[in-house]
Amino acid sequence: MAQDNSKRYYIIVAALGILLAAYTVHLFRLQVLNTSYKTKADENAIREITIHPARGFIYDRNDSLLVYNDAAYDLMVVPKELRPFDTSELCRVLDLDIEDVRKKIEKAKKYSGSVPSLFKQQISKEDYGYLQEKMSEFPGFFVQSRTLRSYPQPIAAHILGYVSEVDEQDVENDSYYRMGDYIGKSGIEKAYEPILRGVKGKRKVLVDVHNREMGSYNNGEDDIVAVPGTSIWSTLDMQLQRYGEELMAGKRGAIVAIEPKTGEILCLVSSPNYDPNLLVGTARPKNYGKLVTDPEKPLFNRALQAAYPPGSTFKLANGLIALQDHIITPSTVYSCSGGGYHLGNHVVHCHNCGGLNIYSAIQRSCNTFFCRAYYNILSNRVKYKNIDEAYTAWLDYMSSMGFLQVFDTDLPYELKGRIPTAEYFDKKYNNSWNGNTVVSMGIGQGEAAVTPLQMANMLAVIANKGYYIRPHVVRAIGNRDSLNTQFSDKIYSKIEPRHFETVLQGMKQVVTAGTGRGAQIPGIEVAGKTGTAQNPHGRDHSVFALIAPANDPQIVVFCLVENGGFGATVACPIASLMAEYYLNRKVERTDLEQRMKEMKIK
Amino acid sequence: MPKLEPYNKMSKGFDARLICYYLALVIIGWITIYSTCYIPDGSTPIFDFGQPYSKQMIWIGTSILLAIVILLIDSGIIQHYPYFFYLFCLFLMVLVIFIGAEINGAKSWIKIGSFSIQPTEFMKVATALALAKFMQEGKTANQRRYVWLAQFGLVFIPIIVALLQHDAGSALVFFSFIILFYREGLSAEFLVLGIIAGIIAFITLKFNETYSIAIITAVFIAFMIANRTQKKKYRRNVIVYLACVAFVFSVNFLYEHGLEPHQKQRIDTIMGKTSDPLGADFNLNQSKIAIGSGGLFGKGYLKGTQTKLNFVPEQSTDFIFCAIGEEWGFFGTLVVFGLFGALIFRILKLSEKQRNPFVRYYGYGIAGILAFHFFINIGMTTGLLPIIGIPLPFISYGGSSLWSFTIMLFCFIKLNDN
Repeated sequence: MAQDNSKRYYIIVAALGILLAAYTVHLFRLQVLNTSYKTKADENAIREITIHPARGFIYDRNDSLLVYNDAAYDLMVVPKELRPFDTSELCRVLDLDIEDVRKKIEKAKKYSGSVPSLFKQQISKEDYGYLQEKMSEFPGFFVQSRTLRSYPQPIAAHILGYVSEVDEQDVENDSYYRMGDYIGKSGIEKAYEPILRGVKGKRKVLVDVHNREMGSYNNGEDDIVAVPGTSIWSTLDMQLQRYGEELMAGKRGAIVAIEPKTGEILCLVSSPNYDPNLLVGTARPKNYGKLVTDPEKPLFNRALQAAYPPGSTFKLANGLIALQDHIITPSTVYSCSGGGYHLGNHVVHCHNCGGLNIYSAIQRSCNTFFCRAYYNILSNRVKYKNIDEAYTAWLDYMSSMGFLQVFDTDLPYELKGRIPTAEYFDKKYNNSWNGNTVVSMGIGQGEAAVTPLQMANMLAVIANKGYYIRPHVVRAIGNRDSLNTQFSDKIYSKIEPRHFETVLQGMKQVVTAGTGRGAQIPGIEVAGKTGTAQNPHGRDHSVFALIAPANDPQIVVFCLVENGGFGATVACPIASLMAEYYLNRKVERTDLEQRMKEMKIK
Repeated sequence: MPKLEPYNKMSKGFDARLICYYLALVIIGWITIYSTCYIPDGSTPIFDFGQPYSKQMIWIGTSILLAIVILLIDSGIIQHYPYFFYLFCLFLMVLVIFIGAEINGAKSWIKIGSFSIQPTEFMKVATALALAKFMQEGKTANQRRYVWLAQFGLVFIPIIVALLQHDAGSALVFFSFIILFYREGLSAEFLVLGIIAGIIAFITLKFNETYSIAIITAVFIAFMIANRTQKKKYRRNVIVYLACVAFVFSVNFLYEHGLEPHQKQRIDTIMGKTSDPLGADFNLNQSKIAIGSGGLFGKGYLKGTQTKLNFVPEQSTDFIFCAIGEEWGFFGTLVVFGLFGALIFRILKLSEKQRNPFVRYYGYGIAGILAFHFFINIGMTTGLLPIIGIPLPFISYGGSSLWSFTIMLFCFIKLNDN
């Protein structure tokens, strides 16, 4: 060590200095240039808890509860936060096998690493309590409380609709939704989804490495308070709805009752139906599968989605059009003889009613009268140049009374019905057709097919003497007095009011002395019309149209019972009982009621 | 007023800057330890003797007492008894192998009641002192070669004992004396060899032995062709080549058979061979997230989520820099780096100025130890080096560590004054 090594001081200082500088640069990159660590730290420590507001309740028009909420607990998983855990313990608690757990975690990972996914829906309260205590043993899992729909009465399933977990499509369409959220899928639940669901809240909490909550993040300044869903008052009359469903038990068909002055649907029965409680919670997929495959098609809403030949009830509309087009006057008499209305070698059968005016024609449901009237409407060359023009004018009248369209209010999946256009017949008959070619539509048979809702709406037009308000099922939103004014416009038909008096008079006679005497309600004047819709697939459908009280209509009822035969035998008493129940809140004809409830029609 | 005399003496000659750096680091340490124990709901009293920050307060108090004692005693004591100190610490280290408590896989602690002492920490000071004394005496010896060997021996004995304790981190720190040896005349070739060995070890661990030998062979052939005229060094070159190849195998052997599984894992992680951020690499990953999420000015004191919510392990001891990086950001990093840089460079500068070689030897010895601790600790928390559990001097929680570093530094301050 003879040599002087003091110069090595500088080398050492330089080396350490360079190393220190290198470290500084490394730290600068790590802390300042690389911002991903900030995100990672937040993902670690901040758990965003979504607060699902309670869904709004649904009441009927008399404040009876139709839909409310039950508490439920969902087990959620955040794949990123998962650590090895006691899988067999989790399987035991949740009654799953290991393969299920693996699959569920894989699915959640596919969706997102850091956004919570639903792991198991609606765990029991006992499991919830157990898991809540042991949560720290299952990092990455947490329990979220939810609400489930519950129905005090097993009725009105079609119109209330159901709520289920969102699918990928829903998430794509609306960024409000996250996988695992619930959404109204049909009926009122769907139509009023944004009102019923409320607004989700957010709470940011700090979680420690063991996944335990350690208080709110940033003193809760970023938290968003959940806004509970708004309650809705339906136009339905719960008791009437239940009564209607009871009357329709064992039969296929529909009842639609409307308060004509407001267009409010008082009841909308489609039979067969199902208990809405079946489509709630974990049992939903299984029950849904059963309902879908049921040959009776209980999910199918016949009141809105089935197009039936309206039968003789259609004569009311045609009578109005004939009066409006001056084809007939109230005193015009047509003669019915020879077994009916003759079309070459084809006969539309009737009962040799003799000479009758429109009142009697309605009263006795004379086919000959209405065939002739319909033929004359379409053959009116004073007013219309040709058959096409005459037929199109007739279609215009029909659509002014609500046919050939959907009302597009708050009802799920309405059908337009089918009444062919003039072009259709031009094509079908090679431009060579006239009123007689399509004359069966004059009496509600043939090509025309309409929905029970449209028929009920036509009755409302008659009851209102010229206008209707689009039928809807929600009356008030938020509180029972804040009326839902979205659908309150009066829509006028092209028929003058005076003609309705004529038709209504005929309808009164139907009940007092005609085909619908079974519709008589003690103490109330009823107007009605029977119908027997020819059914090429089997026994005729029994149809009845009713307006009550006739002079100050409170309710119109359209009832159709598939394969029920004559209108007078099934649909007529049912419609009548409905009106009686609604207007009197009790039914005096208990024998009839009993018989109707017990009647089964295959 | 004879009682005041030592005080006057202190204020005159002791290096005030070193004392200031020391106090700054110790205070930063305590503040940070408090933060790592802090619970956001406000129930964190300043004094709670179950809590590390309160214990650290005791360690700081006793350390300052120790410092004052060192400054007051005759510096002759420090210079005359290093061998005794060295042997005493060595005895304790060996004792620990038999009666020690195991903490984190290393058997390097003696438990006395509720306190634990780590003799290895004190061995660092003892070795620095013993080496300084030995080198001072060896300066006049004739057989310099044997003197060198003996010096290496003084360093290697604690390395071997530390390895027997499974305390690889501490063992590594003793290699820091190479800085001292280099300053005192160790051939630069040793350093070059050391660097070559480092590169070979890195390549072998990063890739594999075949790859490594292929590179060595290629370099050797290129070297031989370039120097084909110099026949003289032919034999030496071949020997170096063979030594390198042998080294590759020994590195591989050591990796396969000499390391614990978790150590292998840590090396693999740093070499980028494996990545398991939720499993084996959880600590490193969380540590990097903590420091990296600090940004320029940090999340604010007591507001670090990574440390408050226990994502970072050992956050008051070996991983304490995470809390600094997270809560004070790059600004905090600069302050800590600045203080350590200033401290180490100050020691080196003062050592260089010393006429007494003992002090210079000692100064270089401890500067090396501090630098190693600093670079290894920061390197492991930021993912530059495999995780090697050694504390950040003066800042990490722990009595043994703080005491030994205090003794280490204040011995220097005392010696420097004479």
